[in-house]
Parts: sequence; structure tokens; C-alpha cells
Amino acid sequence: MTTTTQEDLHSPETTMVLRPGQTYAKVTDKIADLVLTRPFGRGWFAAVGITGLLVCMLMFAVTYLFGKGVGIWGVNIPVAWGFAIVNFVWWIGIGHAGTFISAMLLLMRQDWRTSINRFAEAMTLFAVACAGMFPLLHLGRPWKFYYLLPYPNTMWLWPQFRSALVWDVFAVSTYFTVSLIFWYVGLIPDFATMRDQAKNKLVARIFGVLSLGWRGAATHWQRYQAAYLLLGGLAAPLVVSVHSVVSMDFAEAQVPGWHTTIFPPYFVAGAIFSGFAMVLTLAIPLRSIYGLQDMITLKHLDYCGRLLLVTGLIVCYGYSTEYFMGWYSGDPAESYLNFNRAMGPYAWSWWMIVFCNCVTPQALWFRQVRQSPALMFLISIIIQVGMWGERFVIVVLSLHREFLPTSWGMYYPTVWDWMTLLGTIGFFLMAFFMFVRFLPVISMAEMRELVHSTGGGEHPPKSFHPSYVK
Amino acid sequence: MIAMEKKQLIHGMLAEFGSEEAVLDAAHRTRAEGYQRVEGYTPFAIEGLAEALGSSRTRVAAMTFCFGILGAIIGFGMCWYANVISYRWNVGGRPPNSWPAFIPITFELMVLGASMGALLSMLGLNGLPQPYHPVFNAPQFQLASKDRFFICIEATDPKYDPAQTRKFLESLSPISIVEVPE
Repeated sequence: MTTTTQEDLHSPETTMVLRPGQTYAKVTDKIADLVLTRPFGRGWFAAVGITGLLVCMLMFAVTYLFGKGVGIWGVNIPVAWGFAIVNFVWWIGIGHAGTFISAMLLLMRQDWRTSINRFAEAMTLFAVACAGMFPLLHLGRPWKFYYLLPYPNTMWLWPQFRSALVWDVFAVSTYFTVSLIFWYVGLIPDFATMRDQAKNKLVARIFGVLSLGWRGAATHWQRYQAAYLLLGGLAAPLVVSVHSVVSMDFAEAQVPGWHTTIFPPYFVAGAIFSGFAMVLTLAIPLRSIYGLQDMITLKHLDYCGRLLLVTGLIVCYGYSTEYFMGWYSGDPAESYLNFNRAMGPYAWSWWMIVFCNCVTPQALWFRQVRQSPALMFLISIIIQVGMWGERFVIVVLSLHREFLPTSWGMYYPTVWDWMTLLGTIGFFLMAFFMFVRFLPVISMAEMRELVHSTGGGEHPPKSFHPSYVK
Repeated sequence: MIAMEKKQLIHGMLAEFGSEEAVLDAAHRTRAEGYQRVEGYTPFAIEGLAEALGSSRTRVAAMTFCFGILGAIIGFGMCWYANVISYRWNVGGRPPNSWPAFIPITFELMVLGASMGALLSMLGLNGLPQPYHPVFNAPQFQLASKDRFFICIEATDPKYDPAQTRKFLESLSPISIVEVPE
């Protein structure tokens, strides 16, 4: 582990979003060669192999679940929402950083997004795919999932459009679709570059089909910019809406600890918090394994660290508000929840999230920490564990001791719960490993634009606007 | 007769430049010279190039707006039809048309519609997907997606003349000039 000295703080790597001496050809070759010429190493095969085994485990667990029913999980009355909902909210939260980086930071003209938006968007898609599995697996009769959708049926029935659970179906599926469109539109010019760079005829053909025949015409770029900026503007409120709707799944209910108005903003901040932690978890190994330090600099880690700190503080504010309202409401069930969180049978989970989400991020006040890859990696892992724990606290601690002490109970996850959780982590990582080898991990078109606006990284961008923003 | 047929088989004259400034300058001068059907090809979006080549505002935003409104109407209409016309059901004494509860779905379908609109209008107006285009025949053209900038004066331009146009393009001091077959 290297500690950053005072001298390093003024080196190009820590003050610039691009190392000096870059040209259009250099950034293009660097990114394209990762896919086109770099040989497949043993490490990559090992990583895909191990995560592939986890995917097999997931399929095994899911098959058994379909055969036996949700009784194989630890869920029962009173805790009917166990790991499935915890994992769903956790994954959906992780999926928020990608679109936040792409859309919000695009609209705010943050040039540092350029190096990380592509893989953060890919991360979003894979995380939302993982999230989408859990409500379906949790249905009990998953083969009837289409009942959630409004379609003409012989029973003359409609979904309950006033329920947050139905809003969720629309919010999550729209989020996935729009994220996919945004990602693909961003990839079109890069597919064209890959087509032109590929030496292998078949590879060139595949990228040619994916590029839709993109040829970089000036009038095409003009419409492309308009569409990309509009997609950014549309995706930005979507980021806020998705986790707000997820939080309403809870807030609509009367359960102690759920029925509160702080939930939507607190969930959105938590989502961005965990999402940026995942961006760091993926970016730090990625930049060192694939030698992308020129483009993903310590400046990026620094900015991600600041965002983690801000969103972490909002999350802590959410926890304090929950405690305050539990006391101020005077409701016996709410005030008992306050006691139960800190002193009850699951107190370990409450103190774990306080440590992970409130105490740990305070280290990010220090620049030396924010610019140390090893420390940032460690913090990002701690935060993800903490954010998973937060959803565990919200789901399990509220349900296991509700209003009536006669119906109190405990929740214990079974081996099948753990297998499903680990299996989706495997699925997520395997998809990501595939992505880094088969698609350009950084947007080459936007990197060339950044090279232009920074004079090859020789000076900080004077008026960088990815030209989508006029 | 033969000469005319030969002219039909030419797509245009393609000049290659090494920098953004050069291509932007060339675009302005080409338009000033009186050429109408000119297209630029660049590895990244260049501010002002499309405008310099005479392309006015795009219709992408207007179409995105229309698709967004359409999505919102479908979203709200679906909830309203289900609860007011098709299956009235008293839930907690709320009116059948309890519109605030329909807003999240209306919003989501508006965003979905508008995003589809942005994608489809961008692709549709650009004429993509288009597997074949004559400019791909130019030998250096694969650099248009990397680090070279091109201006193409198309053969359909009324002012196009192989000799004159080549002479004019040479005056812009490009890296290379090629005639692109159709």
C-alpha cells in the first residue's frame, strides 16, 4: 500500500482527469486494444470460471426453489420479506450510480465522468438484472409473474394501479430499458471505431452490425448530440424516481420504521452511496489490471470519495431522523423499534451499519485517504456490506417485532438464501468480466473530445462541455 | 453519354484533414465557395461543424417531446380506463379517478416514451441502420473513427466538377484527396 505524500498531491495524476501527452490515436488504441489485441490471460479465465461456478450455484438454488417453493427460504410470518427484498433493494441501489454518472454529471458538465461512465452504465444494467430476479423468485408462483403487467385477460382483471408494488414494476422496467438505450447510444460511435480497428474480418463484421453503419457524419453527430443530451435529461429524474418508488413499497405500509416521509430522499442518497462504492470496487482493480491509470486517475478516486462522503452524511442524517421521529411520534411501537434496533436480538446489525455507513466514511475527509487506491478499495467494500446491512435492518427489524408482541418472531436465513445472494454476486461479476473483454470499457469518442478540450491532457479543460451540452 | 454514366458512379470528392480546426476552417470555406451538398466526417462531435455545413436545427427534440406526451397519455389513460371504465372498485373510499395515485406510472411511461422517441428519431433521421455507404470505399476512411477529419463534396452538388473541385480542395491544404466511387 502506498501512502500519498505531499509532493504527489501536485503531480498530474492527482490534479488532472487525464495524464499529459495523450493524442486521439493514443487513447483510441489503448482502449480498443484491450478488446482487439490483448490476449486472454489465465487470470481472466480463472475469474470467469469462479464466477461461473457461482452462477451454476444460483441456477441450482433457483431450480430447487421452483420445485419446492419459497418455504426453503427463511421467510415466514412475521418476517415474510427476507433476503429476497433485502437483496432486491441492495442491487437496485447499486444500479443507481451508473445512470447518476451518465446523466446528472453530464448535465452538470463534470468532465471526469468521461472515463468512468461506460463501465458504470454496464454495472447498472447488470445490477438491475440481479435486482429484477428477486421479486420474481419471491412471488411463490413465479410462472404467473405476468399478472403484474396490464394485459387483456379472460378474468377481466387489472393490476392495482394505486399500489406502490405495481409502480415498482413500471419504475424498474423503465429504468432498465432507459439505461440500456443510454448505454447503447453511447456505444454506437465506439462500435464504429472497433469495426474500423479490427484486423479480424469476423470481429469487424460483428462490430459493424452493432454500429448500425455509423460513419461519423457531421449531421449525424448533430442529431446524436441532441438525442444523447435529451436522454441524459430524461434519465436524471428517473434516477431519483426509481428508488423513491422502491422506498414507497415500505413507506405505504403502517409497519413501524417504514411509515415515514424521509424514506424517498434517504433511499435515493443511500442508493447513490452504495452505487459509488461499487464503482470504486470495480474501477480500482480495473485501472491497475488493464493499465488505465492515464485515464482513470487519482482525481477520479478523489471525486468519488467526496461523493461517498456527502451521500454517506445524508444517509446518517436519515438514520438520525428515523430515531428522532420514533421518539417524537410518541407511538409505542415506533419507540420500541428505537430500543429494539440498538439493544434487541439483531443489535449487531444496527451497530454494524452505524460503523460501516456512518463511522467509516468519515475517513474520506482526508485527501490522503481519498487518493489511496488500497484504502478506497477497502472503504468501498465496507460501505457495500453496510448498505446491505441497512436494508436488512429496514426489512427484518421492523417486521420481526411489530405492534402485537404475541406475533413477534425471529428470522433466520437458510443456506438457500445465502446461495441465492452469492449466486447473484457471481452473475454480476461474471457479466462484468465479460464486458471488460468484449466491449470498450471507456467511451473512446468522448475521450477524444476530452483530449481535444484539454490539449492532450496538457492543461485542465477550460470550457469542457462534452459538446452534448451547449 | 459515357462521360455522364461515369459521373453517376462517383459519390464525391473526399479531403482528409489532421485536426479539428483545419476541418472546421475547410467547412466554412467550402460553403463560402458555393458548394451546397457537403458532408463532414469526424471521430467525435465537433461544435459548429454541422452548422458550418448548412445543417440547421434538428427535429430530434420535437419528436422526443411528442413521444413523451404520447407515453404520458398512454400511462394515465391506462390507469384511468382500468379504474373508471373497465373495473370500478371501491378501495378505502377513494374515488375511482384517484389521479394522484396514477402519476408515478404516468411519469414512468412518459420517460419511457420520450427515451424511445429520442433513440428512434435519432436513428430514423440519420437513416441508420445503413450497412453500406460509398464513403467506406475511401482508403483512409477507417481513420474517420480514430484521428482524421474528412470533408466530402458530393457529386450531386450542382457546382461539382472533378477538376475544379479537386483544385479547390487542394487550396485547403488537406493531407489527401480521393474521388470516392459510388
